[in-house]
Amino acid sequence: MRTPRQLHPGAWWLWALGLGAAATRTTNPAILLLLAAVAGYVVAARRGDAPWSRSYGAFLRLGLFVLGVRLLFAILLGSPIPGTHVLFTLPEVPLPVWAQGVRIGGRVTVEGLLAALYDGLRLATLLVCVGAANALASPARLLRALPGALYEAGVAVVVAMTFAPNLVADVQRLRAARRLRGRTDRGIAAVLSVGLPVLEGALERSVALAAAMDTRGFGRTADVPRRLARATAALTLAGLLGICLAAYGLLTSGSAGWALPVLLLGLAAAFAGLLLGSRRSVRTRYRPDPWAFAEWLTAGSGAAVAALTIILSTRDPAAFAPTVVPPTVPVLPLAAVLAVLLGLIPAFATPTPPRRAS
Amino acid sequence: MITFEQVSVQYADAAAPALSNVDLTVPEGELCLLVGPSGSGKSTLLGTVSGLVPHFTGGTLHGRVTVGGRDTREHRPRELADLVGTVGQDPLAHFVTDTVEDELAYGMESLGLPADVMRRRVEETLDLLGLADLRDRALTSLSGGQQQRVAIGSVLTVHPRVLVLDEPTSALDPGAAEEVLAVLQRLVHDLGTTVLMAEHRLERVVQYADQVLLLTPGAAPVLGEPAEVMAHSPVHPPVVGLGRLAGWQPLPLSVRDARRKAASLRDRLDGHRPAAAGVPAAAPIAVAERLAVRRGPVAALRGVDLVIRPGEITALMGRNGAGKSTLLGGLVGLHAPASGSIRINGRTPHRTRPAELIREVGLVPQDPRDLLYGESVAAECTAADADAGAAPGTCRALVERLLPGIADATHPRDLSEGQRLTLALAVVLTARPPLLLLDEPTRGLDYAAKARLVAILRDLAVEGHAVLLATHDVELAAELAHRTVILAEGEIVADGPTAEVVVSSPAFAPQVAKVLAPGPWLTVHQVAEALSA
Repeated sequence: MRTPRQLHPGAWWLWALGLGAAATRTTNPAILLLLAAVAGYVVAARRGDAPWSRSYGAFLRLGLFVLGVRLLFAILLGSPIPGTHVLFTLPEVPLPVWAQGVRIGGRVTVEGLLAALYDGLRLATLLVCVGAANALASPARLLRALPGALYEAGVAVVVAMTFAPNLVADVQRLRAARRLRGRTDRGIAAVLSVGLPVLEGALERSVALAAAMDTRGFGRTADVPRRLARATAALTLAGLLGICLAAYGLLTSGSAGWALPVLLLGLAAAFAGLLLGSRRSVRTRYRPDPWAFAEWLTAGSGAAVAALTIILSTRDPAAFAPTVVPPTVPVLPLAAVLAVLLGLIPAFATPTPPRRAS
Repeated sequence: MITFEQVSVQYADAAAPALSNVDLTVPEGELCLLVGPSGSGKSTLLGTVSGLVPHFTGGTLHGRVTVGGRDTREHRPRELADLVGTVGQDPLAHFVTDTVEDELAYGMESLGLPADVMRRRVEETLDLLGLADLRDRALTSLSGGQQQRVAIGSVLTVHPRVLVLDEPTSALDPGAAEEVLAVLQRLVHDLGTTVLMAEHRLERVVQYADQVLLLTPGAAPVLGEPAEVMAHSPVHPPVVGLGRLAGWQPLPLSVRDARRKAASLRDRLDGHRPAAAGVPAAAPIAVAERLAVRRGPVAALRGVDLVIRPGEITALMGRNGAGKSTLLGGLVGLHAPASGSIRINGRTPHRTRPAELIREVGLVPQDPRDLLYGESVAAECTAADADAGAAPGTCRALVERLLPGIADATHPRDLSEGQRLTLALAVVLTARPPLLLLDEPTRGLDYAAKARLVAILRDLAVEGHAVLLATHDVELAAELAHRTVILAEGEIVADGPTAEVVVSSPAFAPQVAKVLAPGPWLTVHQVAEALSA
């Protein structure tokens, strides 16, 4: 038996992104549900007992909510899918001429509902994949693995994330205080009136935190030669410019031939800038998460799911995007099932997370 | 180790300098305690050592402060981080990461120590501070004392030669404060760390100090042996007050020293009894029956029975997290009972409209600023009159009575801690509630402000108000409360006259009771009265 340890957060996120990428390539509900089930099984098998591990349920509920909203809109506002199988007809709200093209109520067809269901299911599966990553590795731990030059930006995000719950607590406390003054604590006015004190409190806390961080050596830098500092700035700037240009080239239709090389060059320059920039930072890392065989396996299984799904979906588009006009029963190709099941590897091949003795 | 040469600090918008002409040296390996009333510049002095003054707070620093040979004017706080560790009053404001182990490593990561050194020092610090069992825990799930120990640990891992602490125990219950002080004691004795600490609760710390630095506004600072300084200090713990009263030489600073000298005093007091503070028996104002309150997954109160009568001052004590604030919140309707009931003059608080409820019960919260929204004292008073439906000028008259000489235009944020508390008290009293609740009122108050608060609350009780105060301050409870209720794990474990409840308890007994046990004496004042009788 392997000794329990936390897997590198990057591995979990790569795995989840792979599953998510696979989900975007298909509207076949059977494949989507299989993907969600794979993600759910791995979460159940490998999540720890940290507070963020419970976030999976929240993402699951969010996915169901998105699906519900998508269906509701398809019923109320109709669907652009031309359909012949009418399920029922809602009373249609007459709209003025200028609102042509918008419809409220009216015929609800099997085809329209199915299209909405498939589309909503795809979005929900994507959310479930992100939720799985979130439950398996906290975003804060992912940020810790950033290169040194990005460390400050990472800290800003972590601090912002811990501030959100504090703000909520402040609002609750000050609303309670309104009650103590004999004012009502219900309604929007009550929440708005505590806005200023809450902001004041948040500001005071950030100043206190900044002072605490400064006294603990945050922002100490090593002396680097001027030439190196200049090279860092130039590389980063050139890299970002290149990425912007390439993005423009890729997004505008037509002459995109030059865009890909420019994008690669830009990425390379920006990455080199980051690496050089890390030299300015004196930070070391306490117990960094190792990247070992299990991490390769996890990230690899996610990549394999994505790659195989993409290849299979171009070979057999009919199976991955079942037609809704006319409605057909979606088939589940064996190759796709095998490809998606590769995502289960981490549930067996990775060490279990350490559990607190309690 | 730390030298001050002709140091003065002047803030831009202040009339007088916050600190003037400080000229002294703190030698290595000493625990130096800063004492003095509010506004005497304790925090400013600590800030000059860590470099936060003037780099972070602004203001003008004259003279020179050197720590371990480094001039703090030329070194920013981050460049002193390997030399000076700073811990404030609120550990949560200090934490950068989210788990104990990461927090301990944070400072070392910033300094760029090698991984193996970090690993070793984290383990050592976990053992030194007794945190080994908590290493994976989220910081927010720890108790107050544990959090403060983690905060101290997080600055210790970089092996600073100086530790600067600004009121490290004032937010803690007596037990947790003992924990933290024991750790500091060990650091000074075993590691030779120089500790500079400011603290209002002298009764907790003065016996550990090697030197005391007395700051008084408008006078030169005095550095000396604790007993010598305490003999003349305007702020002093009860044990020193007792020693001065009995004329003991040298002045005892700890209960142990005082007990050795107290045999004759105990004999003299034999046969005397403190004047019993009688409370007229009256119909209860508030009754809680088998009250249970849940806060999230936690059962904060379990089966609490409590009866509060007019004219009686009750102290509510217990560990951090024992349910004191929840009980107060339940009485003002902030938390609905999960089972059981609360009745205040026949009303159920959480079902009563706030505008009616404030005529029955008023709460001054832990941070009085929560209650104050106004731009000025006058605006605050006008709003309070309107909220309470009282005649215009009622609140202003109360402010004038409780806190004479405050200008109408003063912004509530510019008041001192004590003044702000009194303003919040006046706002609450505007609705004339017969039941008055205070949550931790003496946090951050110096002895003078505390004495004023005691006088005000006594007057209110004589007028027939019932007062219930949650506090960690055993001396305050001894001084003020007719009755003491001790909560633990959401249950009442002791309820009775203060003298009976606290005298036998090692954690909650005031110093005078410990010195004069088994006598029923609680305060220096009682002893003085008995001796002069």
